Amino acid sequence: MDSQSLTKKDLLGLNELDREEIELILDTARSLREILYRPIKKVPTLRGKTVVNMFFEPSTRTQSSFDLAAKRLSADTVSVSTRGSAVQKGESLLDTLLNIDAMKADAFVIRHWASGAPHFLARYTKAAVINAGDGTHEHPTQALLDILTMQDRFGSIEGLDVLIVGDILHSRVARSNIFGLKKLGAKVTLSGPPTLLPEYFQDLGADISYDVDEAVKDKDVIMALRIQKERLEEAYFPSIREYRKFFGITIERLRKAKENAVIMHPGPVNWGVELDFDLLQERESLILNQVTNGVAVRMAVLYLFIKGEKES
Amino acid sequence: MSKILFKNCKVVDTSNEKIVKSDVLIEDGVILDALPSIDLKDVEIIDCNGNFLIPGLVDMHAHLREPGDEYKEDIRTGTMAAIHGGYVALVSMPNTNPPCDNRSVVEYILRRSKEEGNADVFPCGTITKRRQGEELAELADMAEGGAIAFSDDGSWVQSSGVMRRALEYSKFFGGIIISHPEDRTLTVRGVANESPFTIKLGLRGMPEEAETIAIFRDIELARLTKGRLHIAHVSSKGNIELIKLAKASGLNVTAEVTPHHLIFDEESLSNYDPVYKVNPPLRTRDDRHALLEALKDGVIDIIATDHAPHADFEKMDEFNSAPFGMIWLDLAFVVLYNELVVSGGMDLVRLTKVMSTRPAELLKLEGLGAIEKGYKASFFAFNPEAEITINREFIKSRAFNTPLYNSSMRGKVEWTVKDGKIYRF
Repeated sequence: MDSQSLTKKDLLGLNELDREEIELILDTARSLREILYRPIKKVPTLRGKTVVNMFFEPSTRTQSSFDLAAKRLSADTVSVSTRGSAVQKGESLLDTLLNIDAMKADAFVIRHWASGAPHFLARYTKAAVINAGDGTHEHPTQALLDILTMQDRFGSIEGLDVLIVGDILHSRVARSNIFGLKKLGAKVTLSGPPTLLPEYFQDLGADISYDVDEAVKDKDVIMALRIQKERLEEAYFPSIREYRKFFGITIERLRKAKENAVIMHPGPVNWGVELDFDLLQERESLILNQVTNGVAVRMAVLYLFIKGEKES
Repeated sequence: MSKILFKNCKVVDTSNEKIVKSDVLIEDGVILDALPSIDLKDVEIIDCNGNFLIPGLVDMHAHLREPGDEYKEDIRTGTMAAIHGGYVALVSMPNTNPPCDNRSVVEYILRRSKEEGNADVFPCGTITKRRQGEELAELADMAEGGAIAFSDDGSWVQSSGVMRRALEYSKFFGGIIISHPEDRTLTVRGVANESPFTIKLGLRGMPEEAETIAIFRDIELARLTKGRLHIAHVSSKGNIELIKLAKASGLNVTAEVTPHHLIFDEESLSNYDPVYKVNPPLRTRDDRHALLEALKDGVIDIIATDHAPHADFEKMDEFNSAPFGMIWLDLAFVVLYNELVVSGGMDLVRLTKVMSTRPAELLKLEGLGAIEKGYKASFFAFNPEAEITINREFIKSRAFNTPLYNSSMRGKVEWTVKDGKIYRF
């Protein structure tokens, strides 16, 4: 195991990490990943440490992934969610944290519907705060697992041509990927309807194209994002049908990308909306590789951010 | 009340736009004389020690939270914070619970401020019943009962028809209609300025155009009705031009800016600290500079605080859920003296005029805004050298939601005189 460590207390976003820090997490994930393929999938590294999963938004992948990651490293885990907790009785977010903190936790993994919620909580605990997705801001571990998956497939991120299509405005996955991929030298293009892709995103160093047929050309990676049906109510676009017609990734569109281009998606997928199901017949999807890498990345993050004595 | 002679003062003379060494003699709450030197025996003498003597400040926009939300602030604490900050009069906003939308609430506020108040409170009534934007409230009756202005503050009157009637109807009794300019259809669930900076933070935007559209409409309605329109908390550069044009075409339109829009900008949000969450949101640095220039050249008439107290537990939440607003009454003058006079290129006379003389004029308050013979004995001594620390002991407001909490700075209101009554700090 690499003896390097991170100086930051919390993992709040990729925007605040530098290239070396991102690479350290990815290298650590790669070396921890083999544990997942052992017959006995457990090491004692974080024995005696406590990881609290606080999920204030529904999640399948991220929550189970963090939970498994902690367990693979022998940490004890506790889950607090909106349903069935005092949050339903009106307990404030801060009180919830302070009460669990008083039970002596080493890391809080926080998923919250509000941007900045982990930043807010991080100021009130000495434990590490790991952002598991905050509102429309960042989802750093998702981007890290996406990048690890791209590295596995292409060797290096440097010079990679990545297209992200969909509701960029409300996507924490897009933001974290833009920050992370740019730091590692990829070229990032964004596409989607202008209501969901304001020109301001150019300021983040990404190219913008409102013509997906043009945008897919010569891309190595096509990442589609989930279209949320509630965006319809706010008039961001007129219908799912029209979205699919102009921005869905169809076989015809995919054929314009590079021959070895891959499809990615952070899940959950709306098949037939942002991705056509039949394109799996033709091209390689890395969606399930992403999920496996998710556990490895989260093991790395917990390992690196939980301070104090660790068993090797 | 006997005579009191204030010796050795540097009086901010707003009429002649200069600072003059002067003695000031008061009796029964009124200024008898302000002359370079007054020598009298048998009077109480108060030595100003060469500090500035500044006309009492007037705040056209404060939330005192009474009735209904006394846990945040009430008339006693709010008006004490005001006196502590050099304010002698303020306009209380009507978004209370119940809202100040009828004469009985106006009279309640006036009675409470008579019983417990320190600075004078002039209630602002709502424009519409229950602040719903649909039916006009009883504006004239409220005015007769003591309401000084009308606003649905916190909400814009979204219906152009209703706003037109308000501006038109209020002419017969001389009411001031205050607009909180915000087209809500553009700010749904918004919490911050819409800009490249906040897009990066993933905070839901409130574009400045929501304000521009509202200001433009209200100015056109003022043109149509020849009504009296005051625009609350102008926050961005684009709107300054609209107000300038309205004034140039002779409309009876005035405007205010808050201290926070003059000294903070959206970059303060990088930590997601809700203490910076205000409505309208903090905008760009460019906007901030433009607002200061507009204030210097008179396009924006006054500084009004939008003093918005909230309990700690309400502000100690994540950014989206925390309420909008910050407190100012205790602090505005000291902070603005430092930010605008010491390092912002505005002189003390101008700052005094936009915080005292001009708001008194807009509200037609007699006897305020100058330290001259016949004016009210309402002024304060400001020591620019003394150091203050803005902590729980210092703040007289019930709330502490200011980004300046626990900071120190130079400049202190040593004492405030209101209608001849002296409050020492």
